[in-house]
Amino acid sequence: MGRFLVRRILQGLLVMWLVTIAAFCLFFIDPSGPMSVARRIGGRQATTQQLHRIIHDLGLNQPLYKQYWHFLWGAPGRPGLLQGGLGRDYYFGEPVTHILYQAAPITFSLAIGASVLWLAMGLASGILSAVRPRSFLDRFFTTIALFFYSMPTFVLGLLLLLIFYFDFTTKLHLAWFPAAGYVAFSHNPWEWVHHLILPWMTLAVVSAAAYTRLSRSSMLDVLGEDYIRTARAKGLTERRVVLRHGLRAALTPIVTQFGIDLAVLIGGAIVTEQVFSMQGLGFEAVQAINNQDLPVILGIVIVASAAVVIANIVVDIIYAVLDPRVRLN
Amino acid sequence: MALLEVEDLRVSFATPDGQLDAVRGLSFTVESGKTLGIVGESGSGKSVSTQAIMGLVRGARISGSALFDGNDLLTMDSEALRKIRGAEIGMIFQDPLSSLHPYYRVGWQIIEMIRAHDSSIAKDTARTRAVELLRLVGIPQAENRVDDFPHQFSGGMRQRAMIAMAMALNPKLLIADEPTTALDVTVQAQVLEVMKRLQEEFGTAIIMITHDLGVIAEVADDVVVMYAGAVMEEGARDTIFYDAHHPYAEGLLLSLPGYGTRERLVPIAGQPPSLISLPEGCPFRPRCPYAFDRCTETPPLLDVGDKDDHGSACWLPADRKARAGMRHQPATKRPVAKRAAKK
Repeated sequence: MGRFLVRRILQGLLVMWLVTIAAFCLFFIDPSGPMSVARRIGGRQATTQQLHRIIHDLGLNQPLYKQYWHFLWGAPGRPGLLQGGLGRDYYFGEPVTHILYQAAPITFSLAIGASVLWLAMGLASGILSAVRPRSFLDRFFTTIALFFYSMPTFVLGLLLLLIFYFDFTTKLHLAWFPAAGYVAFSHNPWEWVHHLILPWMTLAVVSAAAYTRLSRSSMLDVLGEDYIRTARAKGLTERRVVLRHGLRAALTPIVTQFGIDLAVLIGGAIVTEQVFSMQGLGFEAVQAINNQDLPVILGIVIVASAAVVIANIVVDIIYAVLDPRVRLN
Repeated sequence: MALLEVEDLRVSFATPDGQLDAVRGLSFTVESGKTLGIVGESGSGKSVSTQAIMGLVRGARISGSALFDGNDLLTMDSEALRKIRGAEIGMIFQDPLSSLHPYYRVGWQIIEMIRAHDSSIAKDTARTRAVELLRLVGIPQAENRVDDFPHQFSGGMRQRAMIAMAMALNPKLLIADEPTTALDVTVQAQVLEVMKRLQEEFGTAIIMITHDLGVIAEVADDVVVMYAGAVMEEGARDTIFYDAHHPYAEGLLLSLPGYGTRERLVPIAGQPPSLISLPEGCPFRPRCPYAFDRCTETPPLLDVGDKDDHGSACWLPADRKARAGMRHQPATKRPVAKRAAKK
């Protein structure tokens, strides 16, 4: 298990390193010279003077390997990636990390809450469907799942806003749900939840549909296994057969999908953040792209790929915990 | 009173092609401490019938009765049946690797079995019992192997572990559903040996379901021969082996290779019938080398010969010679032609 873990982490680091190289090549190598690199970094409105300053500050005249070293490790007064620095955002005039630090908690809150919700909804409905296939409940969940599965996030988000914010407030005079914004958990946990409920529901309902289908089919497969027949032949209660013997084995494909989905979400729930005006990573990414603000885009690319790499390692660890055959090989 | 009395058991499934009658009026009895062998080819309904009795078949229409200790397993509520499963009636299955849960330790699975029926038993006590059981079925270093996962066991050890688990609560009846089919021949013998030993020690009755007549010869006291969901012939083991009456039972015996003989095997011609559209009358009629006009009428289980427990669902005369004369082709095994001699 220890060796397995170390190997997986080393592989993850290798992937991250390749990502930095790819990102560096995309952003810092330009055949038309350092001036056009500087223009991309400086943004649309930068003056020639500012561009020269950027070239000087970032050492864009220096050989590429030095530039990469500066990017990865840093230069005097300018910490690189390994020291937790992502450079300066010339558009807003603050460090990129500063922007990310403000945006990341919002996206994390969104992702964690939504994923817990969709996992719970998807698993519960999937298991209930699988235990009684072709029953009324199964058909009901299948219909609901397909309905939301085919619904675009922005439609659902706006619909929730329309009903739970607009209609509730204006017609029923129940101001239960805020329309937008974010309150930090550390600031006020209740308001944190309060502001996140609608965005969570938006993300969760759309994703839960996929998990309903996935856990239903996975559970159905497992319930047909010989060891489930053995569990029943042992005289275990049906509840124990399904939850202890069935679910444990059915979780493997669900964990895989969950890892990927969560990682992608951490890279930014672009649509949801837009609909609910939450300034998370997705929101910042869209803004940075509109402003041609490359340092921020670069930062978000690094954070998003780190999320995917970490999620994959965590998924592998969960595999090993679930399945002893993985652990021992 | 017999331990288990199954009467007119019928199991059918609704399929898109029509109703599939997997078991059609099966009756048999199992006496305490005795072994009943149920033999038949794939699809003859031998596994389905016992699993239906145990409530392990889903989506089937089941009728008839199965009196276990006087209580009908088919009509009792599911909670009462659950309490009997495992505690009173143990089961083991064909493929021990897929029958054990791959994610849980062997010992854990045995402990779970023990505590599922009596949660007052402490985990330590159950564990000690699990080790004891594994030792009983001949697992070497049982106190260490108890913490192994099923994939760390060999095929024979897995089936022994299954037996240990099934015997954990000292059930009155053990249903062994093709327990040796997935095992090597030498391991088969060991597993049968373990089952026989446990039967002698604890007086457990066994239903041995198999397609292997060798296994039947080894362990069974009484034999039921099934074909297309119904009993073709029943009787004591020796009666079936030396005095088979039904052409299907005879066909099974003729297709069995003998040790040390070089005789050509006589396979049963044709395929088992579809259980959705069975032939009229005797289900074996289309393949039967003795078939005659009366066979379009379904024969009941008729008494044959002088033994009162010998029954055969066949219209053929009980007398062996009279029967032989009615066969369309000769039934004797012929020696294999020696090619070497020709050269």
